[in-house]
Amino acid sequence: MTQPASIQPKKSFLERLPSLSILGPVVALVFMTAFFGFSTTTFFTSRNLSQILQQVMIVGVIGIGQTLVILTAGIDLSCGVVMAFGSIVMTKFAVEYGVPPILAIFAGIAATTLFGFINGILITRVKLPPFIVTLGMLNIATALTLIYSKSQTISGVPDALLFFGNTLKFGETQITYGVILMLALFTLTWFILSETAPGRHLYAVGNQPEAARLTGIPTDRVILVVYTVAGLIYGIAAWLLVSRYTVGNPNAGQTENLESITAVVLGGTSLFGGRGMIFGTLLGAIIIGVLASGFIQMGIPSTYQLLITGALVILAVATDQFTKRKS
Amino acid sequence: MNNPKIVMQAKNISKRYGQVTALDGADFELLDGEILAVIGDNGAGKSSLIKVLSGATIPDSGEIMLDGKTVHFHSPIDARRQGIETVYQDLAVAPAMTIAENLFLGREILRPGFLSKFFRLIDKKKMLQEANRHMQDLKIGIRSMQQSVETLSGGQRQGVAVARSAAFARHVIILDEPTAALGVKEGNMVLELIRNIRDKGLPVIIISHNMPHVFEIADRIHIQRLGRRAGVVDPKKVSMSDTVAVMTGAKQPADLGDGLLIA
Repeated sequence: MTQPASIQPKKSFLERLPSLSILGPVVALVFMTAFFGFSTTTFFTSRNLSQILQQVMIVGVIGIGQTLVILTAGIDLSCGVVMAFGSIVMTKFAVEYGVPPILAIFAGIAATTLFGFINGILITRVKLPPFIVTLGMLNIATALTLIYSKSQTISGVPDALLFFGNTLKFGETQITYGVILMLALFTLTWFILSETAPGRHLYAVGNQPEAARLTGIPTDRVILVVYTVAGLIYGIAAWLLVSRYTVGNPNAGQTENLESITAVVLGGTSLFGGRGMIFGTLLGAIIIGVLASGFIQMGIPSTYQLLITGALVILAVATDQFTKRKS
Repeated sequence: MNNPKIVMQAKNISKRYGQVTALDGADFELLDGEILAVIGDNGAGKSSLIKVLSGATIPDSGEIMLDGKTVHFHSPIDARRQGIETVYQDLAVAPAMTIAENLFLGREILRPGFLSKFFRLIDKKKMLQEANRHMQDLKIGIRSMQQSVETLSGGQRQGVAVARSAAFARHVIILDEPTAALGVKEGNMVLELIRNIRDKGLPVIIISHNMPHVFEIADRIHIQRLGRRAGVVDPKKVSMSDTVAVMTGAKQPADLGDGLLIA
C-alpha cells in the first residue's frame, strides 16, 4: 500500500503575520499617543481629540475607496482632486444655479462616480495600468476643478451641504455627524468585504487574478465596480469636505491624494493586492491625524511631520515586501 | 471487465493556428471510472487537445460528446457547467485566502433566506464544515481549513486545487501536470489523491511528462503524436520504453501487440 495522502501542516511564522500587520500600526499609535500625551498638556483635551477626528474624517473616508482599489492590486492617485471636483460641483450647483441642495449633492456624487467609472473602464477595457490612468486623471480633475470654479472659492453654501459638520455632544467631547458617518461607512465596508461573496471575490482578484478568473469570477467587472464605488465614496467625502470647511475650495484635495495611500499602507494593506483589513486604514488615518496634531501641539514645524510619515510609509511597505518574499 | 461506458469522447478534432496545425483529426475517449493519461512530445497537440476538452479552445472542426450527447464549449465556464473541472498547472489557488475559501471560490455557499441570497451573504460556518468533510473524504490530512493556502507545501496546495475540482466535478476531472515541480513524497501524495478520486467514481484525465508517474497511476495511456492519437495502450502490458518509442515515432503502434488497445 502506498502512504496515505496526508502530511502534517507546516507550522509557520506566516500564519501569525496577518495579526502582525495590524499589530504594528496599533503599537505605533499607542506609542505616539502616549508620547504626545506626556509631552504636551493640550493633546488629551477633548477639544483637540474632536479636532483630530475631524481631520481623520476626510482622509478616512477617501481611504475606504483607496483601500478597495489597492486590494485589487491597483492604486488611485486621483482620489483627493476628484473629491475636490465633486465639492465644487455640489457648491456651485447649490449656490450659483440655485439647485435644491439635495440634488446638488447628488450631482456632485454623480460627478465623482463618473470619474471612478472612467478610471475603471480605462483599466479594464483599454487595459491601461492603474498608476498611469489615475495619474492622468489627477491632472485632468485638477484642471477641471480650477476651470469650472474659475479658481474662485464658493461660499454661502446652504445648510444641507453642511449637515455633516453638525455635532453631537458626549460630555465635553464633540463628535460631528461626519465622524459617525465615517465609522458607519467603515463598518459597512468591513461587512461587505468579510461576509459577502463579492467581498471575497475582491480579495481573490487582487491576490491571484488568474485563479479568480478560472473559478469563474468576472475579474474585470469586479475591478470596474471597485473603481466606480471608490468614485462614489469620494463623492461622499466631498460632502464631508464642504461640511468641514463650509465653502467649495478649488484647491482642496491636494494632500489627501497621497495621505489616503499613506493611511492604507500604514494600516497594513498590501500594495500587491489581496491582503489587508479595512479597519487598518482607519488606524492609518488616525495615525496621520495624531502625528499632525501632536506636532502642532509641540510647536514642531509640519515639515517634520512629513518626514516622519514618509519614514513610516517606507517601514510599512518594507514589512509588506518582506512578508511577500517569505511566502 | 465488460465494456465500461464512454464518458467523454472527441471525434476528428482539428485546430489550426495560422500555418501551424496543432490538431489534425484527433480522436479521444475517456471511459467511466478510469484514470487516462495523455502523453506526447512537445508539439504533439497534447495541450491543444486538453484545451479543447476543457473549453479553453474552440476547435475548427470535430465533435465532442459527453455521455453520448454532443456538446459545444465556448469557454471553460461552459465546460464547468457541464461538470468538467480542470486543474491548471499553476495559478490555481489564491495564496492569501484560506483553504475553505479557496475550495468555494466563485461558488460560495450562501446563507439561507431571500435577503441573504440577495446580498450574497456567505455561510462561513457551513463552508468550513463542508471543507472539512470533503478533505477528510479525500483523505487529505490538513488540520485546519482556516489556514491560508500559502502556509501549505506545494503538494498540499496542489491537493487543495485538485480537491476543489473533485468537489464540483460531476463528469470529468482534467489535471494538467499535477505532479510537476513536486518532490517525491509530495508527488506520491498527489497521485494517491488522484486514485482516491477515481475510486469515488469520477474519471480523471491526467496530462504528464513524468513517465514513472504515468505508469504508476494510469489505467490507460493515450499517446498523442503529430496532432493525432497514435494509440491507446495498456500500461500493464506495454513497457515504458516502448510507449516512449511510439510517442517519439521510433516505433509504430502496430509493433506493440496486444498491449495496444486502440490504434
